[in-house]
Amino acid sequence: MKDHYDIAVIGAGPAGMSAASLAAAHGACVVLLDEQMGPGGQIYRDISRQKAADLTILGSDYYRGKVLVDRLAASAVEHVKGASIWQVSAELEIGLTVNGVAHLITAKHIIIATGAQERPFPVAGWTLPGVMNAGAAQILLKSSGIVLPDPIFVGSGPLLYLIAYQYLRAGIKIKAVLDTTPRSNFSASLRPLVASFRQIGQLWKGIGWLRELRRSGTDFVRAVEDVRIIGTDAVTGVEYKKKGTWQQLGTDTVLLHQGVVPNINLAMAAGCVHHWSEMQLCWNAAVDDLGHSSVDGISIAGDGVSIMGADGAETLGQLAAIGALQKLCKLDPHTCLRLAEPLLDIQSRRAPFRRFVDTLYRPAAQFLHPADETTVVCRCEEVTAGEIREAVRLGCKGPNQLKSFTRAGMGPCQGRFCGLTVSTMIANELNLPVSEVGAIRVRAPVKPLELGQLADLCSLE
Amino acid sequence: MARLARNTVSKVMIHFAGEPIEAQAGDSVAAALLSAGYGVFRTTPVSGAARGPLCMMGVCFDCLVQIDGLGNQQACMREVREGMRIQPQDSAFDAVAAISLGDTL
Repeated sequence: MKDHYDIAVIGAGPAGMSAASLAAAHGACVVLLDEQMGPGGQIYRDISRQKAADLTILGSDYYRGKVLVDRLAASAVEHVKGASIWQVSAELEIGLTVNGVAHLITAKHIIIATGAQERPFPVAGWTLPGVMNAGAAQILLKSSGIVLPDPIFVGSGPLLYLIAYQYLRAGIKIKAVLDTTPRSNFSASLRPLVASFRQIGQLWKGIGWLRELRRSGTDFVRAVEDVRIIGTDAVTGVEYKKKGTWQQLGTDTVLLHQGVVPNINLAMAAGCVHHWSEMQLCWNAAVDDLGHSSVDGISIAGDGVSIMGADGAETLGQLAAIGALQKLCKLDPHTCLRLAEPLLDIQSRRAPFRRFVDTLYRPAAQFLHPADETTVVCRCEEVTAGEIREAVRLGCKGPNQLKSFTRAGMGPCQGRFCGLTVSTMIANELNLPVSEVGAIRVRAPVKPLELGQLADLCSLE
Repeated sequence: MARLARNTVSKVMIHFAGEPIEAQAGDSVAAALLSAGYGVFRTTPVSGAARGPLCMMGVCFDCLVQIDGLGNQQACMREVREGMRIQPQDSAFDAVAAISLGDTL
């Protein structure tokens, strides 16, 4: 690793890989920094290590990642694996730890491509061992070929159905799928569905997964109104409400999912402006067409901006690379425009289908701001919904003040799994838009850094 | 936990709470522990509640364990290495106690 690069790309998912490869192809000196031990991000995770037989389980979309990984391998990009990035500053300095040693490097331009994480799903009992995100189960499947026995899938959204379908393909019996998609979403999504007729192939794919699940005889419960996970030291079952009646199912494994949201911590800590998206119910980074953020020299690409999926992320990565190359005078404005135009065109054609998915799988209100007062909202500091409402009643106006009231958002995850719920709950209680309530302020280091590592960094200077 | 057949994968021996576990090379510590049937990785500093992994991608910090005497390690982000000694992290990690225990960890 050098001390300085033309372009530093953070995150080796579809956006980061395509950004880094394209930038290097135009002569920039590029470093790609990633936390994982192999390229792919979460969507193409461990793609380099898969054997061909897994194709039937994981599906052909997953193998699109191979093209991106091969292109990256053939490029001049320096790929730093296992890098924990704890700081990006507005002065374009990156703080990272690799193999237990901290480094500070600089770049003329930084592209943040930190992707998405699963949306918090605060229901009673979601902190019990045995409750995982559905995406976590998929990571176990992709990385280690591990499958969790007899799971109950709870939630809503294409990724939930895809993972359940992959479990079926792997020969695993699914105890049940409890679908929390509100019935009213179906009528609301008709208009965006009509508008997205050009991407109808995507829809067939999803219908195919659902048809397979139904054919398999899996217990598929629609329009689930509420969920409680039960157990004392570990999960023993799930209670769910349908048509006003509570029913119970036993299991050791509950897999939760209600969509994904941008992973914003690094960009927010760098000072990049974010806006609340009422469509996606999460924070979206403010960027222009070529990914430039509000901080000069920092671009953001892929699902870290707003959720567009893997194909969209790949295109946004290329656009961010074009923007960075133009900024560094490695591309003249004319070439820049010629390269960007077709990509912007593809991206605009994807937008209607995304609106359809966002509308159809918009999470139900009770899973965004839990009514049950005992439900834990901040998992790290174990702050409940009731405690947060009480703080608001006592005059707390926003998520940063809530830290002083309750410590919510002050644990090791730094608000990654409570930030959205906290802002949404306060807004709901005060009857204000979430944009007015604001987000938990994120500060570096955004990943843990040992004092010794920090001290060694100082002694080098 | 079940495992699907993989390519030729070499075995790695690790220890959790003193018990030997046979993991596969390339596994994260979290994957290896889950595969061996361990669902509880730690207890919380606030209430002492049992916790295991939630996200498996370095975001939630619920899979914190001690690895070779070092506390607050994200089990989902560390790859298994031969001879690794892993302990559940009960409550907050006590660095002073860990140092005074020295080689026994």
